[in-house]
Amino acid sequence: MSRDDIDGTERTLLQSIVEVARHMFGAAASSIFLVDPDTGELVFEAVSGEGEKKLVGSRLPAGTGIAGWVAASGQPMIADDVSAVTQFAQDAAESTGYVPRTIMAAPLIRFEECVGVLEVLDRTASRSDLDDVEFLGLFATQAACTLELLLRVRHSRLQEPDRDPHALLRRIGERLPGKARPSDAAAVRLLAIADDLLAR
Amino acid sequence: MTSMTPASTPPWRRERRAHFPGVPAWGLATTRQSPEPFQVSPLAEVTRQWAWDGSDGTGVRVCVVDTGVDGCHPKIGGLERSLEVVSGDGGELLVADCHPVDPAGHGTACAGVIRSIAPGASLTSLRVLTDGKTGTGDALMAGLRWAVDEGFDLVNLSLSTTRSGFRESLHELADRAYFRRCLLIAAAHNMPVVSFPWTFSSVVSVASHDEADPMTYYYNPAPPAEFHARGVRVPVAWPGGREIRSTGNSFAAPHITGICALILSKHPWLTPFQLKTVLYLAADNTMTRTTP
Repeated sequence: MSRDDIDGTERTLLQSIVEVARHMFGAAASSIFLVDPDTGELVFEAVSGEGEKKLVGSRLPAGTGIAGWVAASGQPMIADDVSAVTQFAQDAAESTGYVPRTIMAAPLIRFEECVGVLEVLDRTASRSDLDDVEFLGLFATQAACTLELLLRVRHSRLQEPDRDPHALLRRIGERLPGKARPSDAAAVRLLAIADDLLAR
Repeated sequence: MTSMTPASTPPWRRERRAHFPGVPAWGLATTRQSPEPFQVSPLAEVTRQWAWDGSDGTGVRVCVVDTGVDGCHPKIGGLERSLEVVSGDGGELLVADCHPVDPAGHGTACAGVIRSIAPGASLTSLRVLTDGKTGTGDALMAGLRWAVDEGFDLVNLSLSTTRSGFRESLHELADRAYFRRCLLIAAAHNMPVVSFPWTFSSVVSVASHDEADPMTYYYNPAPPAEFHARGVRVPVAWPGGREIRSTGNSFAAPHITGICALILSKHPWLTPFQLKTVLYLAADNTMTRTTP
């Protein structure tokens, strides 16, 4: 599997998760966020139904709103009658461009850590709130397992040396000007060694 | 042996003795020494009327360990204190005063439920879920330890951690709370996963039933969730002076916390095991209904 293949499968998988979640509950929309492991921010990854696809990639600060609580606590939650609540409307508008009446959200848990949040907006096919929250939780568990396997494949691929050194250099260049982390200084030292070796 | 503890301090809040007078180590030589007198709430006829009739929670101090509480919300009606767990200079976790705000909304919802049942109780907010990544581990431990030491009567914990690394220290802390007459009321996880501390016997664990009455609750003879309280489509306070309806065990636990505040306000000398017994005896499926 090439890197592009894995990227393609990941996009398909994320899209499939939100499509299934939306159809399970006859919902107006479903969206998925993944937690940025460095900042704790929630990154909007995919949407099905109502909402702005162009917002994919946008970020919500850690610990805000329903998705923030779900990520921090690792627990699912249902909030109804939220359209009157400014904060939700803003959250939802930021993430999907769609203002819902009801939000249902469940964590994607990988081992003991929450790696993402799955949201379902305005469900209509509801048995009862208690059943809904349980059902979404079960589905989120399955989705998280699938995501986990894909991330493992990606991780093992990343450990193989890059076939194209120019692409590698470009990527290093893009990553370097980030925050001043201790790992950056170490990376720069390694680059100096590489430079030294190539000059011989 | 000298002790820094004032004589008015009740036995359960006293500092631990450095050594013990034999018979064996934890015993008491009752042939020559009378058991120490202490306040007792007898459990003669426990009915709902006995348990909390006429009580509004006055005098009971409750700590809501959560995402913070919006202290300006009309359904909260002010807080005794508002605190958060922060990182100190050396990276150690400290508890510091903070503005009564709630960026997530969850803590406000829980506090509002407690207030709706026990309007006279004193509420303190302790924010431990501040960071999207690590909120349920170290900060929870540091915050809960502070709340237990601070001498709150009740601690509402509508959260839990799935990290097994915290199990032992949480267990110890829950036991310590129990012996200090600080009752932890913990929400069961909403998914079928193992998490703590709601699964410990030293706490009162709560899951949801789907009825609409806030005072209806059931004892569950098949724990770990020991009680079922209202947790479906609960009208809850939300930051910004709003109200929404929310579903989850998170909102069932504060119903029991509120009911515990009513009971403790009327019977302040109940121990955690007595209080749990009163909860049991006054539950909808166990209470003896008195015929008029």
